[in-house]
Amino acid sequence: MSEALRRGALRAGGTLIAPVVFVAAVAALAGVMTAISGYDPQAALGALWRGSLGTKYAVFSATLVRATPLILTGLAVTLAFTAGVMNIGAEGQLLAGATGAIGVGLVAGQSASRWLTLPLELVFGSLAGAAWAFIPAWWRRQFGVLEVISTIMMNFVALYMVGYLVRGPMQEHLRIYPQSDTLPTAARLPILASGMRLHWGFPIACLCSLGLWWTLRFTAAGFRVRVLGSNPDAAQSAALIDIRKTAMRAFLVSGALAGLAGAIEVTGVTYSLYENLSPGYGYTAIAVALVGALNPVLTALSGILFGALEAGAAAMQRDAGVPSVLASVVEASIILLLIAFREVRVPGSVFRRFRARRAQVADSTPTSGRL
Amino acid sequence: MTEAASSFLEATIRTATPLALAALGETIVERAGIINIGLEGMIIAGAFGAAVGAGLASVPGAIVTAMLAGVLCAAILGILVVTLHAEQIVAGTAVTLLALGATGLLYRTTFGTTGVALTIPTAKSIAIPLLSSAPVLGRALFVQPVTTYVAYALVPLLAWWLSRTHAGLSLRAVGENPEAAVAAGVLADRVRWLAVLFGGALGGLSGGCLVVAQVGTFAEGMSAGRGFIAIAIVALGRWSPYGVAVAALLFGAASAVQFVFQSFGWSVPYQLFLALPYLLTLVALAGVTGRHAPPTALGRRWSHTA
Repeated sequence: MSEALRRGALRAGGTLIAPVVFVAAVAALAGVMTAISGYDPQAALGALWRGSLGTKYAVFSATLVRATPLILTGLAVTLAFTAGVMNIGAEGQLLAGATGAIGVGLVAGQSASRWLTLPLELVFGSLAGAAWAFIPAWWRRQFGVLEVISTIMMNFVALYMVGYLVRGPMQEHLRIYPQSDTLPTAARLPILASGMRLHWGFPIACLCSLGLWWTLRFTAAGFRVRVLGSNPDAAQSAALIDIRKTAMRAFLVSGALAGLAGAIEVTGVTYSLYENLSPGYGYTAIAVALVGALNPVLTALSGILFGALEAGAAAMQRDAGVPSVLASVVEASIILLLIAFREVRVPGSVFRRFRARRAQVADSTPTSGRL
Repeated sequence: MTEAASSFLEATIRTATPLALAALGETIVERAGIINIGLEGMIIAGAFGAAVGAGLASVPGAIVTAMLAGVLCAAILGILVVTLHAEQIVAGTAVTLLALGATGLLYRTTFGTTGVALTIPTAKSIAIPLLSSAPVLGRALFVQPVTTYVAYALVPLLAWWLSRTHAGLSLRAVGENPEAAVAAGVLADRVRWLAVLFGGALGGLSGGCLVVAQVGTFAEGMSAGRGFIAIAIVALGRWSPYGVAVAALLFGAASAVQFVFQSFGWSVPYQLFLALPYLLTLVALAGVTGRHAPPTALGRRWSHTA
């Protein structure tokens, strides 16, 4: 009993320590980098704090708004990596989802009520994301093409497809700007409370996080996914798990989550489709999932932290003149430090959990023929 | 017609050169059992390195700094993947993100945010005597900047090195069966380190070639996915230098098709041409993989101490 309590306390402690270490590391990295680049680190870090977590307005109108697509794409990567599927294509799946949602929203939003239009948009967005993921999944299954390469290719195809649509068939009716018409009010996700920019997409993302956690932890389907990711040979020889079907389903649901991120972004934030809709959410998602140790609940938390970093970086550019690309340098450094530290044998219970997770990612080599 | 064919070929070679350089480096890396997703980052680092080096010591300086920048990125990947045996795809993705972000940050801090286009001295095309006067092919193939000739030379050189030298054999052994290679006395980690650094140098050269031999300026994100296409080219070229050269030419031709369409005045959405190399990769990989296997240990985490 006391042993279980002790272990529980350690686990909770480990969960709490991770974000604290993360925030400290981000502050240190950002400070050092601004100083190296010749800016005033104190002014920059002050702007970073005020623009992310320092004020109530920043939290509810910048950080959490920015976190919403990061949580959903982070969940997409978490699910894929847990199943041993190297889906690097969340970016393209997000764009496909955004396109699907805008297409439906512009048509249905004219006549149908909000209660019909909004669910249609989100469902179509998810389906479009899943469809975009289906192509590399099917390619892997049919021809053995590595999904690492094909999902990246699909990201570029999605980008140019959106570029074509917003200058061609889906361009706004005045035909001036390379973007689609804006969604009618009935087709927009409402904000949570007046005086903030945060919309209903955030609670939806949190629900997805809990749903994925529960599915992976407590259902047979989730068990199959975890076995597939941690030990495909065992999954194969147990003969109770259809490897190809499980991998395909994980891939499609992963794509649907990324597609939902795109649908929520266009219905809750931008209200129209354009090329630079995503500042690389689908790539940052890999960092989000890794910092979240491939745990859906921690991934949501890590999505919020990354949302804070990106919102703060935007404020830093505005108020202290530091280029906001600093955020991506900090993000990449975090991934590099994380994987480096996970590989170095660090004693202590906090890191034991990380190492156990690492073993799952470790076995997901691209040549092991999972699909 | 001869004129059109010649300029089409010339455009093919010009766009194929940076792809071929990066893909030849990646061939060596993959034959050692490592998939380098960080190649995109090494190309953009090389491009930035060239922009810096050109200011210091014109074209030769640009090429040297481009390769050094690529090697620097490769060293980060090497520490993670070879020394620490980290997951290759995640490590490579991180290197790409780091290089894209860092070059953007450095570009804005060193060259300013005003958006004034940076002009960089470009390498002059060198005509090879006799060969360049051959009809049609001559001007397209043999009036090219020096980087193109480097690519020409590397193809047979690497093919010979891989198949005919002891070092090449060791490298292939590490990529196919690292345990057996170690048992035979090959220093597997050293081989992998050198392969990764070589891949970084060629990736950097590829980026430098973009700046010095093509565009004449640096722009954020100008690598535009070439690293990923190069990885696809390696698979398409079946991990052999000659195959890789042919695959790179195929991609060059796919990009050059748009100039032909423009010259005939056919209107096709230009995004289709931008997407064409990626679509072609998807289709071509489906036709190739399965029939010819990649190095057996490719992407596998492996440690002789474990």
